[in-house]
Amino acid sequence: MNEELDLDCGGALQLLTAFLREEIASAGMDRAVVGLSGGIDSALSLALCARALGPQNVLAVLMPYRTSNPDSASHATLVADHFGTPRRLVDISAMADGYLDREDVSDATRRGNVMARCRMTVLYDLSVEWRGLVVGTSNKTEMLLGYSTQWGDAAHALNPLGDLYKHQVYQLSRHLDVPLPVIEKAPSADLFEGQTDEADLGFSYAEADAVLWRMVDLRFRRADLLAAGFAPELVDGVARRVVRNQYKRRPPVICKLGYRTINQDFRYLRDWLA
Amino acid sequence: MRDTVRFRLCQTNPRLGAVQSNLDDHLARAESARADGVDLLVLPELSLTGYFLKDQVPEVALRRDAPELARLAGATRGLALVAGFVEASDDGRHFNAVGWFEDGRLVHLHRKVQLVHYGMFDEGRDFAAGERYEPVASDRLRAGLLTCEDAWHQDGSLLYFLDGVDAVVVPSASPARGVLASDHGLASVDAWDKLLAATATATTSYVLYANRSGWEDGIGFSGHSAVYGPDGERIARLATIDTGCLDGELHRAPIERQRVMTPLRRDAKPWLLARELRRRELEA
Repeated sequence: MNEELDLDCGGALQLLTAFLREEIASAGMDRAVVGLSGGIDSALSLALCARALGPQNVLAVLMPYRTSNPDSASHATLVADHFGTPRRLVDISAMADGYLDREDVSDATRRGNVMARCRMTVLYDLSVEWRGLVVGTSNKTEMLLGYSTQWGDAAHALNPLGDLYKHQVYQLSRHLDVPLPVIEKAPSADLFEGQTDEADLGFSYAEADAVLWRMVDLRFRRADLLAAGFAPELVDGVARRVVRNQYKRRPPVICKLGYRTINQDFRYLRDWLA
Repeated sequence: MRDTVRFRLCQTNPRLGAVQSNLDDHLARAESARADGVDLLVLPELSLTGYFLKDQVPEVALRRDAPELARLAGATRGLALVAGFVEASDDGRHFNAVGWFEDGRLVHLHRKVQLVHYGMFDEGRDFAAGERYEPVASDRLRAGLLTCEDAWHQDGSLLYFLDGVDAVVVPSASPARGVLASDHGLASVDAWDKLLAATATATTSYVLYANRSGWEDGIGFSGHSAVYGPDGERIARLATIDTGCLDGELHRAPIERQRVMTPLRRDAKPWLLARELRRRELEA
């Protein structure tokens, strides 16, 4: 399924590695920090950084919580060692529990968000110590679906995966020789035992990719998607998530009062004079 | 044109909005081009400023008599140099401009006609559009300038064809996109390749394409600067998105031979085009 999304891996790699090197250099740096979850997205992000910057310039950070699946840390270790990057283990249990226990937070979503934001805090702190930029691990499918924590795993300085559908993440990961156990396991946010992304979402990544590719890249309308044979529940479920989560993909809105408002009519690139 | 014109196409990576530092780069390139016996040095679109300028447009704009342009012109004794910048006109408009500097002066200025404002592009918001396609009055060759998107519309190259130019020169800032397995390499590079080959074929002239390199906020420019012969064949190209230069020679003889073999200009009927356009206007 989704063969039409197959990448020319050589061409994609050339762009992705040049992007990492040059945009990190634009910030006056040559190093990167990547949070490794043990999953395929962060493994690919690390692999790309290692290839672009040299493994010695990429810090892999493992940030387990006490209830995390032990496989996550062992897979993350496997990935960091496979690509030859230094790694750092920071257990976030005490940090997260300092808030979660004290405030008696039991809701799984809230707990997961707090963990994701603790990890973000660690990554941004280590980015100062390591003198490298935080490189993101969110792919296009999950960004469009909003399957991420705002200011948590969605927080980073630059993101090589943001224009890659999940299908392409798999393809590129195989191409870059990401360890097989990481490629083959079911994608999971690992916020509670037995959690899988696809059960959370209510459809598979393959289904989501097929719809999103047509909706976003090929500009299919709802009627076009139904005519192409996609189930209305799938099309509407995907579309609803895309619209509802637009806020996660945009900077915060600012109340316009003057004639030049940031992000409205004060328009400069990040690479301004870089 | 002269029997032989030695050219150099450079795919540079300008600093966004840093005119002084880009000017220093241009002056150094002019100096080494002259030392290497280059007759025509071509730099990409907006080579003095970078591309996604947005609100920087009025901040980096230069009037025709700006000291920066005078310095650039001054560096072209014994050389022709094509460079891109933002032109501030006397009436306060800003143009995406390409200057042809030769033997110490700005001999021609082309204001981009076809501003791009679709997809990732928003030039129409920041620039006024040019309204003329005029051949360059160069001592070295007869040339027509098409700035990037200008090359995608047939009117510019058609007019230059009717003018009998020896070369169509295309400074560009084209982003790299399209990396599917079903594409032939980078899709955007492939599209340009076909377009430029067709332009060379249809005009029976050389086409020189200088496209930039580097990154601006995650958008990478696709390089692959190239030269096409008057028969439409690609003669050489820099097969990379990285910075670099391509040197080569243009010759008068192949143009003349091609125009004997395929006398498109002889058989062109511009009066028919003019009549048909008038007729359509009447009918509209």
